[in-house]
Amino acid sequence: MNTPVPVTAVDQSLLYPSVYKEFWQHFSKNKGAVAGLAFMALVVFCAIFAPWVAPHDPSEQYRDFLLTPPVWLEGGQWQFLLGTDELGRDLLSRLIQGSRLSLLIGLSSVVMSLIPGILMGLLAGFFPKILGPTIMRLMDIMLALPSLLLAVAIVAILGPGLINTVIAIAIVSLPSYVRLTRAAVMGELNRDYVTAARLAGATLPRLMFITVLPNCMAPLIVQATLSFSSAILDAAALGFLGLGVQPPTPEWGTMLASARDYIERAWWVVSLPGLTILLSVLAINLMGDGLRDALDPKLKNAA
Amino acid sequence: MFSFIARRVGLLIPTFFGITLLTFALIRLIPGDPVEVMMGERRVDPEMHAQAMERLGLNKPLYAQYIDYVGKLAHGDLGESLRTRTSVWSEFTSLFPATLELSIAALIFAGIIGLLAGVIAALRRGSLFDHGVMGISLAGYSMPIFWWGLILIMFFSVSLGWTPVSGRIDLLYDIEPKTGFMLIDTLLSDEEGSFIDALRHLILPAIVLGTIPLAVIARMTRSSMLEVLREDYVRTARAKGLSPARVVFVHGLRNALIPVLTVFGLQVGTLLAGAVLTETIFSWPGIGKWLIEAIGARDYPVVQNGILLIACLVILVNFVVDILYGFANPRIRHQR
Repeated sequence: MNTPVPVTAVDQSLLYPSVYKEFWQHFSKNKGAVAGLAFMALVVFCAIFAPWVAPHDPSEQYRDFLLTPPVWLEGGQWQFLLGTDELGRDLLSRLIQGSRLSLLIGLSSVVMSLIPGILMGLLAGFFPKILGPTIMRLMDIMLALPSLLLAVAIVAILGPGLINTVIAIAIVSLPSYVRLTRAAVMGELNRDYVTAARLAGATLPRLMFITVLPNCMAPLIVQATLSFSSAILDAAALGFLGLGVQPPTPEWGTMLASARDYIERAWWVVSLPGLTILLSVLAINLMGDGLRDALDPKLKNAA
Repeated sequence: MFSFIARRVGLLIPTFFGITLLTFALIRLIPGDPVEVMMGERRVDPEMHAQAMERLGLNKPLYAQYIDYVGKLAHGDLGESLRTRTSVWSEFTSLFPATLELSIAALIFAGIIGLLAGVIAALRRGSLFDHGVMGISLAGYSMPIFWWGLILIMFFSVSLGWTPVSGRIDLLYDIEPKTGFMLIDTLLSDEEGSFIDALRHLILPAIVLGTIPLAVIARMTRSSMLEVLREDYVRTARAKGLSPARVVFVHGLRNALIPVLTVFGLQVGTLLAGAVLTETIFSWPGIGKWLIEAIGARDYPVVQNGILLIACLVILVNFVVDILYGFANPRIRHQR
């Protein structure tokens, strides 16, 4: 008597989409964000495969081709697509090599400030009596100094160089992570699921890292993208001031500093490194905007 | 209102002490001891070294040194520059007007254009102009301003020859510094053409320094204006038959300005950091260039107390903005 229920094909479009698919749907609506992502993918590709992508060795000096203009100008050479600098080094190769440094500085400073920032933010959120306010006061003090000036001060102590640039930028971007994490944690702590986890006997580390933290990640991911772009800008600014990565390393800001003297004769030596910085930072900021809209619709009009 | 201000002052004091701790640590964290740094690379004989340590109070325990440092600060003693032997305070006060003049010019530039562009973009939401303003402001926000300065110099100074490359005034003019503001001093002096010359020196640096605030203000004005234009009182004003300009500027912009003003205040930090770069590019004799040169010359008293002074400046401006905000918005005032 029991007629078997006919098996109907499940319409895939009716199922709730996977988290990633949903994210991509939101993200890909933002054309600027997709363009930014594409440009950054190109930069990352160049950075990873720099030795193979770059047409020349970035430190090789072609003495016969000092300040050769880019290929589309009169006097340009096909072997130097974007021209050469004052020592006859291929500009394109140096820019490609420089992308490695910039991404390295950006990535390592983000990691170095994200992890302690999240830890301090969690502590500040979970211990609102004494530890929390102490940490927040400390962060307020750090915020009182403009980030570039604080970075300059830190480099003044540690001395210029690649690693010190990373440390300086990591310290400078710490407060924003701490504040964001703390604010998110405070918002989550009163939710029922946290109370439930507490009653179930979850230990403090479990509450912190497994119950609460995953729900605070959205603003942190957005902030990480944005501070990645400001890390690249600050590193270039430090390099330009002679306090960052030292020449002859092809860092974008450092390249600009040494190009200053050729401003009247060779516009490409001055324009191209800066244009690369601008485009990379712009691409990351566009991506950040897209991420923010896709991950955290509440923040849409915040900035 | 009084308790609001008192609360804010209460927050100010620990922050100030924190900053002094930071600048105190700054000098103590430098590898090698300060005496060696001051004496330079020469070999220091141990007796002189000990004397110098004694004279500078460096042989005392750390907490005593910190108390000494704060005590000196309380007496207004900020030490003297190792290079020029003049007091840090007098160097700061003589250079600060140049930075202030540049920053004010930059803010005027950013404020006027940013507000106008933001308002028009909000009124024509979705138009080509709106997209253009948003795109350009995003680019402005991402701008490496040290490069932007070089590009402008290359174009306007080198190619077109419209503006001078560096400095505040041509060497031809001998302007007596009365107020420290070159534009005012040149007006007061009787040297012909000096005012125009000072103005031409000011334009490019002000544009460069104003670029990031301009982008931020344009974006902020647009979004805050869009929000206000949706409010009921704007619809009421329109329904009353007020002229569109009156609705936009009196009813709309006035209310949209409150968040924009806060952003103005927050931009002070950005301005001072930007001033470091702008002044370096244009050889503008202000505190940014002074600080960078001091770092290059390892002139630690200048670095230490220059940073202290700048931090205090930022704290004070943010404090004033907070208070003004409290005046403008009672909800903030009564928040605990």
